Amino acid sequence: MARLNTANTERARELMGHYPRARSAMIPMCHLAQEQDGYLTDEAMEHIAELIGCTPAEVYGTASFYEMFKFHPVGKYVVGVCTNISCLLVGGEELLAHCEEKLGIRTGGTTADGMFTLEEMECLAACTRAPCLQVNYRYFENITHDQADALIDDLSAGKRTNDVPPHGTLSRIRQSIPADRRASRDSI
Amino acid sequence: MPTSLKMISTRWDDPQGHTLARYRETGGYEAIRKAMTMEPDAVIEEVKAANLLGRGGAGFPCGTKWGFLPKDVFPRYLVVNGDESEPGTFKDRLLVERDPHQLIEGVLIASWAIRAKQAFIYVRGEMALAHERLAAALNEAYAAGLVGRNIMGTDWSLDVVFHFGAGAYIVGEETALIESLEGNRGMPRLKPPFFPASKGLYMQPTVVNNVETLANLPWIINNGAAAFTTIGDAKACGTRLFALSGHVNKPGVYEVDFGTTTFRELFESPEYGNGIRMGRSIKAWIPGGASAPWFFEEHLDMALHPGPVGAAGSMLGSGAIVVMDDQTDMVRAAWRLVKFFAKESCGKCSPCREGTNWLEKIYRRILDGHGRPEDIDLLMDVADNISPGLTWPPKQTTICPLGPSAASPLVSTVRRFRDEYEAYIRKVA
Repeated sequence: MARLNTANTERARELMGHYPRARSAMIPMCHLAQEQDGYLTDEAMEHIAELIGCTPAEVYGTASFYEMFKFHPVGKYVVGVCTNISCLLVGGEELLAHCEEKLGIRTGGTTADGMFTLEEMECLAACTRAPCLQVNYRYFENITHDQADALIDDLSAGKRTNDVPPHGTLSRIRQSIPADRRASRDSI
Repeated sequence: MPTSLKMISTRWDDPQGHTLARYRETGGYEAIRKAMTMEPDAVIEEVKAANLLGRGGAGFPCGTKWGFLPKDVFPRYLVVNGDESEPGTFKDRLLVERDPHQLIEGVLIASWAIRAKQAFIYVRGEMALAHERLAAALNEAYAAGLVGRNIMGTDWSLDVVFHFGAGAYIVGEETALIESLEGNRGMPRLKPPFFPASKGLYMQPTVVNNVETLANLPWIINNGAAAFTTIGDAKACGTRLFALSGHVNKPGVYEVDFGTTTFRELFESPEYGNGIRMGRSIKAWIPGGASAPWFFEEHLDMALHPGPVGAAGSMLGSGAIVVMDDQTDMVRAAWRLVKFFAKESCGKCSPCREGTNWLEKIYRRILDGHGRPEDIDLLMDVADNISPGLTWPPKQTTICPLGPSAASPLVSTVRRFRDEYEAYIRKVA
């Protein structure tokens, strides 16, 4: 695993240009690295530090604060089940237990084939459609145990790749600010 | 039967509501056109006159907040708080996913009013669809000349940047959000001196506004503050989005008249909650997100108004209402929220970092059948060390309100349902 590739390095520079100070792009740049490799590698953090002009420890210091950044390989699909209050009241814990059984792993674990990691999530803002889970931060709401099974089966069979890209990919649409539409290049 | 005017959720049922074409067909971007014919200070006065209370949690008047910016200090920034994470809260995500242009227009109006140099929309990391919708909407708006250089052919220019987080509840606190936006760990700053209005993003004057707050601005500019104040109550104007979840027959995100609709109407009206499920009765509910003290049957006829709700010792907070029926285990429900705060404590202040984790361990001991008779008072004592006096509004020994928030579910349930705690502990003895 590696430093950011050429296209991602270019994108990282573009992101830094969105802010008056390059360091503000650190979290989006870490997401970019995670999108490339599925998790945040040491080499990528070193590369991000070079681009921003800070130390790799500063990048790790920031990234390690946030739940979404992974520092070890995780499954292609990270299944996150909410067990916070609104989901708890309508079966969130039971849904998590069911997913453990279905995947044959405990919460926090990854299947042997590297396809799935199971996580217990805090409130995901889908409270009126509880219980809910996410796969790679895509929502599946009001979900029954049977529907969860069907979803996991589909993902295992390589279906639903349009709905759920591999772990690390958030928005598949990038904000781009064309040079001729940009308000200013002032930095502070 | 209560029927409320829809102001900010009008495009939610429209599958194309998120596109620029549909937004414009339905009157979009006319408000910013109108605002730009007004002096920025006149826009601030209009929003002050509308008495638009912030919709993020604290409920501070938006126009007054804008007025705190020091005169003649530039550059200034607008930061949009879309890091929706308060347990039970579900509205800002819908506003971004289903009507991103309404938010962008609100951002333009606010930026015009406060003369911001640049605006940043910080969206919670876990919301991939919201990211896609907002990025697409901003790309459309840039291409159409609505955002960026020389907006609508004028000499006004403003960049609006879509920014996203990576999973941390505390970043919903405005100074933590600013830290995060600067590329740091999301730990709150001490106020004073770091009030965002004077020392915010990059130590420059900054306004941090919630997504729903900004979504109201196009309506206010189009229709005027006077019209806005005729909706809802005079001291809590307009509408508000309430996420009604838990044990009701019809959970949902409902836009209702602010300050006049009652909890009973929200829970029982067929238009909204349609009663408690399985014909059960209500035991308790959370009126404003996990941080809010709980309410009980004697509060049913109270209006969803910050005045009486505050006087009764709670808050409407982020508009998250979680209903629990008579079968709900109060100890377990409270534990789940305390566990949340323990996990999300950023670690900066000892009372919160240590205290919330002790609380969670004591709860775990009680739930696991190892509780001691003195544990109930011990819970209260630890909570009192985080929030002295256990009063409302809470006092705090911490920089931000996260720690004191952990006391809310605990104190509410110990005071009202002490017998349930005792029953857990008696099982041991």
